[in-house]
Amino acid sequence: MLAKTLRSTALKLGAACALMAGLVPGVANAWEPTKAVTFIIPAGTGGGADQMARFIQGVIQKNNLMDKPVVVINKGGGAGAEGFIEMKASKADPHKIIITLSNLFTTPLGTGAPFNWKDMKPVSMLALDQFVLWTNAEKNYPDAKAYVDAVKAAPDRQFKMGGTGSKQEDQIITAAIEKQLDGKHFTYVPYDGGGKVAVQLVGGHVDSSVNNPIEAVAQWRGKQLKPLCIFDSKRSTYTDKVTDDMAWSDIPTCMESGLPVEYQMLRGIFTTSGATDEQVQFYVDLFKKVRETEDWKEFMKKGAFNQTTMSGPEFEKWLTAAEAKHKELMQGAGFLAASQ
Amino acid sequence: MEDFSSLMGGFAVAISGYNILLMVVGILLGVIIGVLPGLGGANGVAILLPLTFGMDPTSAIIMLTSIYWGALFGGAITSILFNIPGEPWSVATTFDGHPMAQKGKADEALVGAFTSSFVGAIFAVVLITFLAPVIAKFALRFGPAEFFAVQFLTFASFLGMGRGSAMKTLASMCLGFALASVGLDGVTGTLRLTFGYDELLNGFKFLVAVIGLFGIGEILSSMEEGLAFRGAAAKLKMDAVIRTWRQLPRMAVTFLRSCIVGSWMGITPGGATPASFMGYGLAKRFSRNGRNFGKGELEGVVAPETAAHAAGTAAMLPMLTLGIPGSPTAAVLLGGLLIWGLQPGPLLFVEQKEFVWGLIASMYMGNVVGLVIVLTCVPLFAAILRVPFSIIAPAIVVVCAIGAYTVNNSMFDVWMMLVFGVMGYLFTKLGYPLPPLVLALVLGDQAESSFRQAMLTSQGDVTVFWHNWLSGGIMTLGVILALWPLVSMLLGKKEGDDKVTTTA
Repeated sequence: MLAKTLRSTALKLGAACALMAGLVPGVANAWEPTKAVTFIIPAGTGGGADQMARFIQGVIQKNNLMDKPVVVINKGGGAGAEGFIEMKASKADPHKIIITLSNLFTTPLGTGAPFNWKDMKPVSMLALDQFVLWTNAEKNYPDAKAYVDAVKAAPDRQFKMGGTGSKQEDQIITAAIEKQLDGKHFTYVPYDGGGKVAVQLVGGHVDSSVNNPIEAVAQWRGKQLKPLCIFDSKRSTYTDKVTDDMAWSDIPTCMESGLPVEYQMLRGIFTTSGATDEQVQFYVDLFKKVRETEDWKEFMKKGAFNQTTMSGPEFEKWLTAAEAKHKELMQGAGFLAASQ
Repeated sequence: MEDFSSLMGGFAVAISGYNILLMVVGILLGVIIGVLPGLGGANGVAILLPLTFGMDPTSAIIMLTSIYWGALFGGAITSILFNIPGEPWSVATTFDGHPMAQKGKADEALVGAFTSSFVGAIFAVVLITFLAPVIAKFALRFGPAEFFAVQFLTFASFLGMGRGSAMKTLASMCLGFALASVGLDGVTGTLRLTFGYDELLNGFKFLVAVIGLFGIGEILSSMEEGLAFRGAAAKLKMDAVIRTWRQLPRMAVTFLRSCIVGSWMGITPGGATPASFMGYGLAKRFSRNGRNFGKGELEGVVAPETAAHAAGTAAMLPMLTLGIPGSPTAAVLLGGLLIWGLQPGPLLFVEQKEFVWGLIASMYMGNVVGLVIVLTCVPLFAAILRVPFSIIAPAIVVVCAIGAYTVNNSMFDVWMMLVFGVMGYLFTKLGYPLPPLVLALVLGDQAESSFRQAMLTSQGDVTVFWHNWLSGGIMTLGVILALWPLVSMLLGKKEGDDKVTTTA
């Protein structure tokens, strides 16, 4: 028994080492990576982008979708500028890919950091991440309207909205909500990660948050947080019960609750600008295979993602529109850097 | 007792030949990762995470936590032998650990460090075992004001206890704050002090600074002293373990104090780094041997190591029950949990009983196995010091350079490391203490964020720090500790003309 487990572990370790050292011979057709692919996360550990990238790494290695290993690194400095600038600087190296969040648009606009999505080559959109308006379950607001009314009735800035980072998606949504408050404002409190925001909300240190579903689902199931509305044009399509009596699809849209705000975040993949069409195609196919796995579908469901995907010209068109929308939203909120 | 029977069930899971083998492999890998500066526990676990996808969740987490324990143990080795802390929480270990090595007592320092790591970790695990639900709720009470109070207490417990003048400590700390403020300001989202250099976007990395200040600085000092490696006198004696253990019982109070401080910091989650500094600071102030701290006192190794490991272990608790990682390594482990289909959070203890108790049982096992392994290797580690300095110094410089490069894969960091090295040398020459600078560099931006978040929520009212007994109590304690040197000076208890007259 022991000998057997010993042997199987040794085999596993050996196989894994071989894999890591890149000794497994590749099947030659079209372009394939000739060395390990670096997968950059322009954010810190533990957040939504980090969870997704590490999950993708797991899926690729578990299903042997690529001969060379994937190395995931976090380069979240300067609100992600560090990661994007590295992509821009290594344009000749097609062995680098990056996962994006909204800071693809918000960081250059808000800080003036010298990069743009056009400095990279778009591979594909994996999904769109949702935002939900959460409150502490103990406060028991019946719906989004009741909460908005409470904010309107209170003195200015008495209600606190917790969010990730500054001048990024969470604060942009907050600014958009404030436009519906008859001149009242939230006090926006920036934290360094979505998980932390959810916990601060449970502890009652802020009054609401706009966490992504995956960041707050555990607290929802634990009956500590209550979702009021989802910032999408349509309700979520996931009908499996998450808590005893509610599914993601039971959360009304903010629009139908009388709060006309809509925002979703891109979860997409880019490679370096010097990559050839063949190289881009390799990554497009790779992520298509990732999306087809059962693990991925399960992950999408757990995080209540909007599963819109696209690549090629369609994706570039979407990006151009999204950039314009961010510029408009940020201009409206006064978040643009001086140089813009 | 229901918890107790669950724990026994957990042991049944953890004690299989396969899982114990994974523990041994994990700890050995972890020690190697801990020894190499720059690699670090978080990176190590991240690199090895894919290895575990084929395993069942319980075995996988046992292997990964073992790597974590191993890295925690390993971090102490380079701190003691070469004055190079591989992890933020090993910085305090260098203060007395390295002087001990220079006096030829490297083996005792290593045994002391390993043993106290073990004691701290076990204390925290026991706490987790029996108090998990209660403690998890306590962590929720921590808002920005409470976080700042804890960070303030850490700085305060350090002020005035530096070797030499209080003003030099303060100056060094302020320089650390200035360095910490470089990069993106998390509260307003604007760049500070980058002067248009993209390389400075991310600020100064702790590891680059520390490898330079301590590692390279130390080499420069040794070179000046005629290439004599002061640890060379180390004799290999096989009774190191017994010799050291005989000294430990009289440090029972220090052990207990550090255990409590560490567990508390891990849970809240203040983290292992403030815990180690606070453990060292408090021991220096309250221990009978406090006066000798910094000159190679075993108790000065015991205090920070115990606290750091109690904190590192206790940090697993908020990760499991709240889904917030207490350390970067815990954050990577958190990613692992998600891949295995486990959702950390309030329901994990209810829905995944077998996994949770298997993990807790493996914490006991992993630490016992780890202690046995590292203690066996002490003579081997200590023997490294017998290699002539002219051979080992270049090797250290190369390892340092690789370490600094690995942090960001950028040459810029290697140059920064050299600059910090020169700075470290100058600091030592001029009698300015380095630890306050490092402490401020590590905790400065966190403290700043917490302070400004608290100010935002209170709309600029400073009394927010006294708005409840929790943060109020900690702040008051902090203020007392910060002013202590001043008060004792005024009362004339401190004599000597080298004390600077404080006007602050």
